[in-house]
Amino acid sequence: MRYLPLSDTDRADMLARVGVDSIDELFSDIPEKARLNEVLDLPRRAGELQVERHLSNLAAKNVPASTVPFFVGAGAYKHHVPATVDHLIQRSEFLTSYTPYQPEITQGTLQYLFEFQTQVARLTAMDVANASMYDGSTGTGEAVLMAHRVTKKKKAVLSGGLHPQYRAVVEGLSEMANDDVVSLPADPTGTEDILSQIDDETSCVVVQSPSFYGQLIDLKPIAEKAHQHKALLIAVFTEVVSLGLIEPPGAQGADIVVGEGQSIGNGLNFGGPYVGLFATKQKYVRQMPGRLCGETVDADGKRGFVLTLSTREQHIRRDKATSNICTNSGLCCLAFTIHLSLLGSKGLGQMARINHANAVKLKQELAAISGVDVLNSAYFNEFTVKLPKAAAGVVEALAEKGILAGVPVSRLEPGKAELEDLLVVASTEVNTDEDRAALAGALKEVLA
Amino acid sequence: MSMNTQGRPTSAGDAGTAFQPKTFTGNRALDMEEPLIFEVGHLDVTGVDLDEPEGFEPQLGTHARADELDLPGLAEPEAMRHYVRLSRNNYAIDAGLYPLGSCTMKHNPRLNEKMARLPGFSDIHPLQPLSTVKGGVELIDELAHWLMVMTGTSAVAMSPKAGAHGELCGMMAIKAAHTAAGRDPKIVLVPESAHGTNPATAALLGYKVVSIDAKDDGTVDFDGLKATIAEHEGNIAGIMLTNPNTCGLFERDIIEIAEAIHAADAYFYCDGANFNAIVGKARPGDLGVDAMHINLHKTFSTPHGGGGPGSGPVVLSDRLAPFAPLPFLRKGENGPELVETTAEVEDGEKPFGRMTAFHGQMGMYVRALSYMLSHGSDGMRQASEDAVLNANYVRVGLQDLMTLPFGERPCMHEVLFDDSFLKDTGVTTLDFAKAMIDEGYHPMTMYFPLVVHGAMLIEPTESESRASLDLFVATMRDLVMSAKRGETERFSGAPYLSPRRRLDETLAARKPVLKWTAPEPADVTPVAAE
Repeated sequence: MRYLPLSDTDRADMLARVGVDSIDELFSDIPEKARLNEVLDLPRRAGELQVERHLSNLAAKNVPASTVPFFVGAGAYKHHVPATVDHLIQRSEFLTSYTPYQPEITQGTLQYLFEFQTQVARLTAMDVANASMYDGSTGTGEAVLMAHRVTKKKKAVLSGGLHPQYRAVVEGLSEMANDDVVSLPADPTGTEDILSQIDDETSCVVVQSPSFYGQLIDLKPIAEKAHQHKALLIAVFTEVVSLGLIEPPGAQGADIVVGEGQSIGNGLNFGGPYVGLFATKQKYVRQMPGRLCGETVDADGKRGFVLTLSTREQHIRRDKATSNICTNSGLCCLAFTIHLSLLGSKGLGQMARINHANAVKLKQELAAISGVDVLNSAYFNEFTVKLPKAAAGVVEALAEKGILAGVPVSRLEPGKAELEDLLVVASTEVNTDEDRAALAGALKEVLA
Repeated sequence: MSMNTQGRPTSAGDAGTAFQPKTFTGNRALDMEEPLIFEVGHLDVTGVDLDEPEGFEPQLGTHARADELDLPGLAEPEAMRHYVRLSRNNYAIDAGLYPLGSCTMKHNPRLNEKMARLPGFSDIHPLQPLSTVKGGVELIDELAHWLMVMTGTSAVAMSPKAGAHGELCGMMAIKAAHTAAGRDPKIVLVPESAHGTNPATAALLGYKVVSIDAKDDGTVDFDGLKATIAEHEGNIAGIMLTNPNTCGLFERDIIEIAEAIHAADAYFYCDGANFNAIVGKARPGDLGVDAMHINLHKTFSTPHGGGGPGSGPVVLSDRLAPFAPLPFLRKGENGPELVETTAEVEDGEKPFGRMTAFHGQMGMYVRALSYMLSHGSDGMRQASEDAVLNANYVRVGLQDLMTLPFGERPCMHEVLFDDSFLKDTGVTTLDFAKAMIDEGYHPMTMYFPLVVHGAMLIEPTESESRASLDLFVATMRDLVMSAKRGETERFSGAPYLSPRRRLDETLAARKPVLKWTAPEPADVTPVAAE
């Protein structure tokens, strides 16, 4: 077996040195009736070539985003990632290192985490950011739990513009922890009355902008009302590139900002691994979940970085910890940080403007099709269209024509007649004029 | 002839043997100081060439950003150099033995990286039509099959994103099962030796954690456990037990423990962090386990990446299978079907909710399946055996000098020492670990598990050759002898030779600096000449 350095001679010599006659003696604590004496009924070892062939065959059954006109978003986005990013994250020293428990020999990891935290804090206009969550959805669940700890209340109000699967994560966690959740109905246009839902019992209000449907939401009045009732505003985003162009949640009064960072540095990967961004105000830092990297000095007085405030964490506080999170998204943070370092403000701004411009152009082309209505007044790179018939069938018909047109809302919210005809469409810098023309042309045919 | 007749010296000769130059840059040859990007980048520099879009009317409403972003950019060669230099300050399994107990730092085959980057896996969207991702769904199904066969279970919740997330998933399934049966028990039993994530997970779900004791041999005190169960009869939701446990020992009474838990209408959650010791040697399902997460990033070698991403699928017994969260796979006539919403749920399926958006850590699934296919059932069994053999080889190499808290008995994939051998030397476990850094090793896990004093938990894994283990054992013996000889300086100030010396963690926590802020500009007010 190519990954195992011991030879049979080594094994025999080592067993003798250990003082046993057979390897099975070392497994003798396993109850006899549970010991496996045969190898399991699974394929036997295979060479690289065979493994590569098998997996390539599976991969070939899928349609990669880069091979078709591609407009699928709704929480994960197709962006171009510079070649440098993937090269750097595959350096052995990053890829095959553990969580930086020994800071003297993991300054590489610690320094990029410090850079990551700084970048996320600046992007969101918040005081502090942690060293990542698993993804945006689980981060949102943790944000709600954190708000409950801060406010010592337990009712969360969820906007109808929140990604339905994020909502499901929060609802599941809350139900299990016996906390209360008020989930507003789906709100494609951003016109719900969330203010009237906020009262003295409310611990937090969770609002996504751009919303799941693409609508940009004014967070300021929601923050004001929440604060009047000693509740926190949790601002959520799934498209981090939007922060290159729109007002950051921290400037609108958000208390916790949580979002999906996949768009920068990370590929689609069929849904994971991604990287959750999590930021808050300085005064709440000790209630934050997740790892934090901080600056300090070493014995020679040189600047260095360490994991810090770990008295919040499970390995110290056990059942009193702020979260059970341990492994997070280290390497995805690195990809995010490298890509954002390459972009800088200048590149991110340009990237965001291209995304927005492509969406605006796409909107014009789709809105010109008879029977198609665009529902959003203000949006970034994604919006919702109402079709004259069920969106799921239209998407399937377009897929057959080799165009991946977007996400039918019914995939996530099935059985709701008012959402049946809605399609969420995203456009990023990868889309060309030809892609847009192909989508508009094919949609016309499918609707005719 | 004007050629250099002196020749170039090819030996180091007597060039400055003891001289330690203080360099202008602070660099020491290959060991280079690297500032933060915020100190070297510029707001008007970018390493990405993009065109400014034209011919569109912004539709941002009133939401456009008011202030300019302050993120410095780096040109591509600057970014390359910055991150390459940072990387060189990291220890890594590719560079040397990384014996972190319980963390399973084994070799990460590059084939797995290559496979995960096939566009058919890396460039597909979780919400594109299912007709365009059939291979993706098949891959998840195939991996699920391997996991179920290896563990002897009948269902697996694939979506949890890491081990602790898997624990949460398993405990949520247990809570849902109790609720469905009209029960509302309040207590979860957790041994003292457990990973911190276990009690943290139980507490997250509102459970009261009751600790159970270990015997002198490092395993669960079964009689004590029975008494605890009797004391809290009818109020126990389950037990969270790691097996092999964190002392590196297999719980001999595991089947009896499971039966006692089941007899109390409770469930057995097994922390699967140490499953790598027994793959192909025993199946958790045969031991009575109801739920167990599998750290794909430990047992199946998806890289740790400096702290993730991980992946923590949870295998479930028949009793818990109906409660598996969304999304899950159902056997269909034309292959596996992905069930994503409650509206698609059929009779007998009672998903408790959803752990995450989308379908889980696909990138990790590809790597893990690549690992499994490469090893095969025979290779994985061999890997477990080699991991256990290597740990025992280290044990016998050190047990006469270091101290085994539970006597000279075989261990599983990791060997636990305590610090009694350092008694009266003035050297602590921490000092000892830091001295290992100067020798070119990553230290073992320290001060965990909490059940022994000054714990040192060594997990060499199956990836180490005999020569590598011999050198490690020899190094450890040298360090122990040195400590016993009273050479405290080698330890108390260690490490001396790493990119950074010991860091002040107290300072970091007392005045947390969690992001970079520009230093106050120096006072440049001209001073009047006198």
